[in-house]
Amino acid sequence: MNGPLWSIFKRDWTLAMRQKSEFVQPLIFFVLVITLFPIGVGPGLEILQKIGPGVIWVAGILSALLGMEKLFRDDFNDGFLEQVQLSGVSLSAAMFIKVFCHWLLFIVPLVVVSPLLALFLNLTMAMYWALLATLLLGTPILSLVGAIAVALTVGLQRGGILLSLILIPVFIPLLIFATSVVDAAVFGLNYWPQLAIIGAMLSATVAVTPFAMSYAIKVSHH
Amino acid sequence: MFKWLDPYAKTERAYKLCDDLLPYFISASVLGLCVGLIWGLAFAPPDYQQGDSFRIIYIHVPSAVLAMGTYVAMATAGFVGLVWQWKTAYMSMMAIAPVGALMTFISLFTGAAWGKPMWGTWWVWDARLTSQLILLFLYFGVMALYAAFNDKQQAGKAAAVIALVGVINIPIIHYSVEWWNTLHQGSTITKVGRPSIAPAMKWPLLVSIMGFIGLIGTLVLMQLKNIILEREAQRPWVRTLLEKETD
Repeated sequence: MNGPLWSIFKRDWTLAMRQKSEFVQPLIFFVLVITLFPIGVGPGLEILQKIGPGVIWVAGILSALLGMEKLFRDDFNDGFLEQVQLSGVSLSAAMFIKVFCHWLLFIVPLVVVSPLLALFLNLTMAMYWALLATLLLGTPILSLVGAIAVALTVGLQRGGILLSLILIPVFIPLLIFATSVVDAAVFGLNYWPQLAIIGAMLSATVAVTPFAMSYAIKVSHH
Repeated sequence: MFKWLDPYAKTERAYKLCDDLLPYFISASVLGLCVGLIWGLAFAPPDYQQGDSFRIIYIHVPSAVLAMGTYVAMATAGFVGLVWQWKTAYMSMMAIAPVGALMTFISLFTGAAWGKPMWGTWWVWDARLTSQLILLFLYFGVMALYAAFNDKQQAGKAAAVIALVGVINIPIIHYSVEWWNTLHQGSTITKVGRPSIAPAMKWPLLVSIMGFIGLIGTLVLMQLKNIILEREAQRPWVRTLLEKETD
């Protein structure tokens, strides 16, 4: 367990732990956005149950985008990523590890608070389990695909809105499948097919995105 | 093939190629649009159910059919740029993007205008409308990313990566949205076997699709010429060319 990839993981983890407020902010943002919905559409339990899964997913996408912006910025600016490129360690693998660490620190907390939100939005137990499955399978896709766009925009001064502009259209299929899983769970239907599609999307992104990410960083270094 | 293609990586040769191709595309678009639209809008028989309002099909269908194809063309140009490092490939990609966005917008606008009398509403969250709208956003994303960079070579690479991510997503978006919600009438010209559109309506439609292809080609080539002139303004050949034009 002393390989370079492990030490990159440990380094990222330690750095993040020293600035805890940074990964608490997207979490609070996530809960706040969801709080807006009952206030905006009215507190009727039936409506909340109907829109709940979609709301949780949309809020999840937004806060993932918010947290993603800093994914590579510091390492890009202080030359860490250039050093990785020179060191002979695979840049794709190193960036994959960084994204994984980011996912653990920024996205998994969102999944952890989701039971609370399920209570807020009056989801049933069956709906919640389906939602949890989609979150666990689907959010790594957000991080991995998002990382490509982050790597492309990392050299720009203001990448924030641009990042959302590029990424939101790409995330739509994921949102469709994730919410349809929960919709199927409402009626006790079999939702494995949709879940399997999300799983397939995850496998494809794990296989392809690391290369796109490392290429994108090379473009930014140019 | 590369021996034949490679010289066009040079901007001067590419500019000349644009000039050579332009007359064909202009004549195709003038001929196709005039014949197709006048025939379709004035002489084709009215639909037995939708009356005269179906005639918007002669603008709506060509733009809708070609909007997605134009995206693929743009992504292909981006891919060529990434693989062979051609400056002109990135330029063509950025020449195609606004034209494709325009086509997408035309198809959305005419679709909304057609939806009002037929479905009773300007907009429905139907599969085809939604995927067309997402396509428009994908075009915007590529153009916005390109515009954000100062170094245009780097901008071209970045936009190409995003265009390729988008092109992988297009079929997924298309089918997922289709499966999500469908109200739009099915396609009538490409059905396997016998198409369900009457021949008297089909021919003007095919002619106007040809006209739209010509129009897209014309606009892209003119845009590409402009981009080449703008980017290579310091080159001697551009100067002599411009001096010749102003004389």
